[in-house]
Amino acid sequence: MPTRRQRPKLAVWKFASCDGCQLSLLDCEDELLAVADAVEIAYFPEATRAVVRGPYDVSLVEGSITTPHDAERIRQVRKASRFLVTIGACATAGGIQALRNFQDVEEFITLVYAQPQYIETLERSTPIAEHVFVDFELRGCPINKMQLLEVVNAYLNGRKPNIPTYSVCLECKRQGNLCVMVAHGTPCLGPVTQAGCGALCPAYDRGCYACFGPQDSPNTGSLAHWWQTRLDVPRDDLVRAFRGFNAYAEPFRKESEAHEQ
Amino acid sequence: MVVARGDLQQLLDALTAQGYQVLGPRVRDGAIQYDELSSLADLPIGWTDRQDGGFYRLEKRDDEALFGYVVGPSSWKRFLHPPTVTLWRSRRTEEGFELVESPQDPPKYAFFGVRPCELHAISIQDRVFLQGPYVDPIYRSRRAGIFVVAVNCGQAGGTCFCTSMGTGPRARKGFDLALTELLGPERHEFVVEVGSPAGAEILAQVAHRPATPEDRARVAEIEAETSRQMGRQMETAGLKELLYTNLEHPRWEEVASRCLTCANCTMVCPTCFCTTVEDVTDLTGQEAERRRLWDSCFTMEFSYMHGGSVRSSARSRYRQWMTHKLATWQDQFDVIGCVGCGRCITWCPVGIDITQEVAAIRGEPVT
Repeated sequence: MPTRRQRPKLAVWKFASCDGCQLSLLDCEDELLAVADAVEIAYFPEATRAVVRGPYDVSLVEGSITTPHDAERIRQVRKASRFLVTIGACATAGGIQALRNFQDVEEFITLVYAQPQYIETLERSTPIAEHVFVDFELRGCPINKMQLLEVVNAYLNGRKPNIPTYSVCLECKRQGNLCVMVAHGTPCLGPVTQAGCGALCPAYDRGCYACFGPQDSPNTGSLAHWWQTRLDVPRDDLVRAFRGFNAYAEPFRKESEAHEQ
Repeated sequence: MVVARGDLQQLLDALTAQGYQVLGPRVRDGAIQYDELSSLADLPIGWTDRQDGGFYRLEKRDDEALFGYVVGPSSWKRFLHPPTVTLWRSRRTEEGFELVESPQDPPKYAFFGVRPCELHAISIQDRVFLQGPYVDPIYRSRRAGIFVVAVNCGQAGGTCFCTSMGTGPRARKGFDLALTELLGPERHEFVVEVGSPAGAEILAQVAHRPATPEDRARVAEIEAETSRQMGRQMETAGLKELLYTNLEHPRWEEVASRCLTCANCTMVCPTCFCTTVEDVTDLTGQEAERRRLWDSCFTMEFSYMHGGSVRSSARSRYRQWMTHKLATWQDQFDVIGCVGCGRCITWCPVGIDITQEVAAIRGEPVT
């Protein structure tokens, strides 16, 4: 077992994102003191202005890469970090802002900004792993704080984190949730979506929105076919269903493109 | 023996008085699920279910039947082989670590309304967990004290095929008491069959009359009528050899194109028993515990060994599941692993039908 004379230094970085994922760390109210005891929170601007210089043992990276400056900065973060863990759909799949990847960004800029010449942006919003090596990806929009604790915990104890990559359906069935698709005819993305949220939406009678991105072997084509033929879901709605927070995750991107008129 | 509808509550009361926690079918969220029963009024009175591949709906009946439906998504497996269990806890010590006892103290269950296919499923899990070289102590402690009130099916569901599997629609053994609901314009009674001394003891506390030859004849008629209504069927002759000689059949690829590898079929199957274990620690590394969770041969990680998953394709996973259930299970446990309850068909989100897959491999036309 690792001896812990020195607490590992933890840094939290932000790129294009809403802050919700790093907020999950502050949301660990009951566990926060234990976390602060186990790691040295060295760089976390959302929590404190105090900064401990790098390098850092663990970096949690939130957000996607959307500007040339981001693309440069993530390389600096990588250099300063021993373990780099991306947190949330922005960092792991490009996030909701990756919807622009399906459109012409120049057009947006000219429409939205009065002085478009000041806007410097990349054509696509991309996940961190497209730019630097990532040691672990934690999915979710937002991430599940218990899963975040599990990743930190596993790191501290030198073990593999228990973060399954199978479908949401296993969580539903273990919990005893009724299948909303079979019993109510509600379109649900659970069968193609990675577990981790605790099957939150189906537990409240709603279909899954795929916040945790594609499971490890998603058959999106079969699910989409069933939605169309049995649940009468129109093609436009199919495109929208796969274009959520994880729109640019490859299986979802391909499926939405297949249904675009 | 025959118990009148108005006296049946006494059966529940007698079980409760003996300290049983009574579990049975209830309507929850729009489906019939097994849960705690405090009175007969909790039963899905006057409800029935319409089932097909990937389809389940509750509907009102035009009578007040207590058991006018078949099986819902959950099975008794949930109580005998729970989805998550803590196996042990440990604490770090000077020398190493010590185990912390986590006593298993399951409630004393009475299962009220167990269908014949489900009795067979329990007997199959008995073989798996109790009759092999390694006994599962968790299953054993939960299984030991249960009281079983079986209910013979008065109608078959759209995805039922128990007659094909020889598991129903009438219970032959494995119960303490078995009920057959007799329902007509003038009558509402239950023919009760006693299957054990414990059953006789409970029945003695319930008002009843002896069954007449007509009552018995009616029970036999109901069995015959239900048998004729099966929504599905599966030819079981030579099933093992059929699958062993068709491991490369093109149908596996075809079903894989539809299979979501979501694992719903294995979760709802009353005989699927696979689990995984995970170790969790506290942040300081002073305490650890090992948890056991339902797992599925449909997940990528299930067959993960050094370097990758052995069954990375949906084709290999579906084939593994179906050949295990219907063929290798026979070599392993001397029985087919399928009881014909139809849950895997109904609760597959895209309606994949094990009976059609067998027919397709036999070369029969399928819809």
